[in-house]
Amino acid sequence: MSDMHSHLAFVRTEMLAQQEPPIKEKGIVKWARSNLFSNWVNSVLTIVALYVIVRLIFSAGPWFLNGIWDTSSLAQCREILDGARGACFSVLSERWQQLLFGIAYPSDQYWRPTLAFVLMLVAAAPVLFVALPRAMLIITGLFPFVAYWLLWGGTIMTSVFVLIGVVVGYLVFTKAERFGFVLGLVAGLIAAVVVWKIGGAITPAVDGIMVLEPVASRDMGGFMLNMMLGVVCISLSLPIGIMLALGRQSHMPIIKGISVVFIEFIRGVPLITLLFVASVVLAYFFPPETNMDLILRVIIMITMFSSAYIAEVIRGGLAALPKGQYEAADSLGLDYAQAMRLIILPQALKISIPGIVNVAVGLFKDTTLVSVISMFDLVGMIRGPILASTEWNGVYWELYGFAALLFFVTCYSISQYSQWLERQLRTDHR
Amino acid sequence: MVDTTQMKVSDEIAISIEKMNKWYGQFHVLRDIDLSVYRGERIVIAGPSGSGKSTLIRCINALEEHQAGKIVVDGVHLTSDLKNIDAIRSEVGMCFQHFNLFPHLTILENCTLAPIWVRKIPKKQAEETAMHFLEKVKIPDQANKYPGQLSGGQQQRVAIARSLCMKPRIMLFDEPTSALDPEMIKEVLDTMVELAEEGMTMLCVTHEMGFARQVANRVIFMDQGQIVEQNEPEEFFNNPKSERTKLFLSQILGH
Ligand SMILES: Nc1ncnc2c1ncn2[C@@H]1O[C@H](COP(=O)(O)OP(=O)(O)OP(=O)(O)O)[C@@H](O)[C@H]1O
Ligand SMILES: [Mg+2]
Repeated sequence: MSDMHSHLAFVRTEMLAQQEPPIKEKGIVKWARSNLFSNWVNSVLTIVALYVIVRLIFSAGPWFLNGIWDTSSLAQCREILDGARGACFSVLSERWQQLLFGIAYPSDQYWRPTLAFVLMLVAAAPVLFVALPRAMLIITGLFPFVAYWLLWGGTIMTSVFVLIGVVVGYLVFTKAERFGFVLGLVAGLIAAVVVWKIGGAITPAVDGIMVLEPVASRDMGGFMLNMMLGVVCISLSLPIGIMLALGRQSHMPIIKGISVVFIEFIRGVPLITLLFVASVVLAYFFPPETNMDLILRVIIMITMFSSAYIAEVIRGGLAALPKGQYEAADSLGLDYAQAMRLIILPQALKISIPGIVNVAVGLFKDTTLVSVISMFDLVGMIRGPILASTEWNGVYWELYGFAALLFFVTCYSISQYSQWLERQLRTDHR
Repeated sequence: MVDTTQMKVSDEIAISIEKMNKWYGQFHVLRDIDLSVYRGERIVIAGPSGSGKSTLIRCINALEEHQAGKIVVDGVHLTSDLKNIDAIRSEVGMCFQHFNLFPHLTILENCTLAPIWVRKIPKKQAEETAMHFLEKVKIPDQANKYPGQLSGGQQQRVAIARSLCMKPRIMLFDEPTSALDPEMIKEVLDTMVELAEEGMTMLCVTHEMGFARQVANRVIFMDQGQIVEQNEPEEFFNNPKSERTKLFLSQILGH
């Protein structure tokens, strides 16, 4: 027994020092071996991909580096390049203002849309990042009115009266709500309209206050127009989409019916058709003297379109919640509005984030469709005035590449933000 | 331990159900249910699967609608009037088999949400109450975690604390322990026993017959949507009258 022990016993007398791993198991070599050359199919694919990348760099690189930035027409570019490969970026340096602001926006007023853009970032910040002080939401609330004044110009009193109307309407609504939700809504609306009418009557009298040079809707264009349509339509279609999704789940047949018909109808029609309706057909339905603004008509159509899609995305989120969540909320005595706002929607919206972002990004890019109804957004600018001009006829890659870059940066930021938000909201620890 | 089966029950009626009937489409789930629950009474409802136990207690706080008969809870007649329903729900606490905690809120927020929004209690005070009940169910240290980070037994105790924060006068339990591992069952049952000792009116669907013997002062046996037998636990277990009850008891106590 004891001698078996002596046979198996072991005591370490000196400790081993830490050693470097073998070279093939380290760093980039290991990474390349396991990711790029793990078997022969993988190796072939890697080599083909490398070849394509190198070819791309070798063809686009010189084109980009040879780029010319300071001529005044495509012909001059060609002259300077003299047959060599090279881009003619001069079109961007000469026409960037039109690409960003459209053809007719007064050039000494470019600071206005620029300021509106910066303010938009500030106004969006507290909505996007909960950590920021809640007081900043005041800026968010005032932003639409300030932005309208900045972009369209005229007296600030128009915005002020609209704002007062909204505030008065809201106050009346909160007071009248105890007599019933619908009654409150109607009373609030009437109060707001009364204020707007009074405001409309007073405005000419106080016309001199803080006047900016007015800019007509048809003079708006370029990427600014895409931004305006995208931001307004996305912000409007989210709440409308939520209401439609809840409406579709409602037990009240009328509300449910309206929601279903609306969603199914809008989803069954291409956006471009709706835009044509906005630009041509809608005029037939309104009396001739109500000359409704084209941008407003387009905003209504795009908003209707995207809210139908967002409604369906959110419906998916609502359906994914276990029935127990509704029952727990009910059993605690929360009423419908509280249960939705505090329990159901926070969870359903969280599930729906990828889908909502999908719709938002798609919608933002779809704003370029307005070029078809002869509005000069970024794409409309390129297809119309710029490519039609004698100086720049024939510059395609540079212009469309620039447009693609602007859209990519915006959409990629939205997507990155949404992924960050999803990580922030992950509390289920699955 | 106090033998709660001998605790005094007042003769004030907390819940009265008369000739209540319910259908799911053509299917007659609950048939002529007559039941009076006195304040402070602890009733255990047992019966085979599909006998309508869950449906019955869900009717009491109007999670399910009944089509015929009368339910009066705490003096309030249960009709389809939403005001009445919300009033009753805030007086009647309910615990579910699958806890149904709100996963996007912390434990503390789970417990303070309803008091703040339904009872309009200031946040600070609601948090104090919540901590008091979390201590009572012995998990005050988990207050700032999310439900997903807790074990099943802990989650069910949070669910009980969440209901208690509304200071309900009646508590309903629907198989609160049947989704739990054996060692967690005990911690949840202990909490419920404590609640019973304080004189809470309780209706509890459960298959824990030990709990029924220790705590209940009435056991109700249901089958096919009807109350087949009800009696004091001693009598019910030792001397069942109906054949259905005997069969059921031999099945669940058999092994
Ligand atoms: N929403 C519903 N629609 C149709 N039938 C239902 C619905 N919910 C329950 N039922 C039926 O009603 C009967 C009673 O269901 P209930 O859930 O009350 O039974 P239970 O006694 O609680 O059973 P268990 O012990 O399995 O929980 C069952 O036959 C069930 O199939
Ligand atoms: Mg059940």
